[in-house]
Amino acid sequence: MGTMTVPEMQFEGPAPETVIARDIAKKALFIAPILIVTFGLIWGVNGALSTAYGLALVVVNFVLAAAMLSSAGRISATLMMAAALFGYLIRLTLIFLAIFLVRKASWVELVPLGVTIIGAHLGLLFWEMKFISASLAYPALKPTASKESSSK
Amino acid sequence: MSMLAQIAYDATSKAEAQAITASGYAGLAYGLATLGPGIGIGYLVGQSVQAMARQPEAAGMVRTTMFLGIAFTEALALIGFVVFILLKFV
Repeated sequence: MGTMTVPEMQFEGPAPETVIARDIAKKALFIAPILIVTFGLIWGVNGALSTAYGLALVVVNFVLAAAMLSSAGRISATLMMAAALFGYLIRLTLIFLAIFLVRKASWVELVPLGVTIIGAHLGLLFWEMKFISASLAYPALKPTASKESSSK
Repeated sequence: MSMLAQIAYDATSKAEAQAITASGYAGLAYGLATLGPGIGIGYLVGQSVQAMARQPEAAGMVRTTMFLGIAFTEALALIGFVVFILLKFV
């Protein structure tokens, strides 16, 4: 079995990661009031603040991942691989620092913060996956700029 | 080395020693929790780049799926991290 070498590829045009991250951020804005109010009712003002902080961390994590991958993809596919792997380490370290530095702050409740990080990350991903899988399976149903402009 | 560890152990109280041991195990557990997703992301991205090299016209679809795959795999590490934080500080 021969070895396969990856040719030097560059990706031009709009990066799908950026579009996904922007879409996830919009969805996060949509669920933010519901989550903040719910956890605020359970854990009080500190719980609401911690939930908002956790949600912001999740969105920043997605946006940072997308920015790293898309900017690396514009240079080469090999760099995109490196950005995916080292980006994972860097983002995990940043999340660790972001929580570790505020863990003793008076407004931080760790339980709602943790629940928000896991719940929002998975929830937003499943929501986006549902949308994307429908778009990939039925591309004709995907809203495009040309359709929107022609319908006006 | 073991003598130094014994001196350090004798110098601390039993509660402190237990806290230090618990911290060590918590850190070890978190480190182990990040290993699996690291391997998963490496495999996922490697296969995706290979797929894009074989079929460049499908690169957009592959990148979309790859990004979601990375985020799902990363959720495992996040769960490990949050459990570590909750066990350690709550």
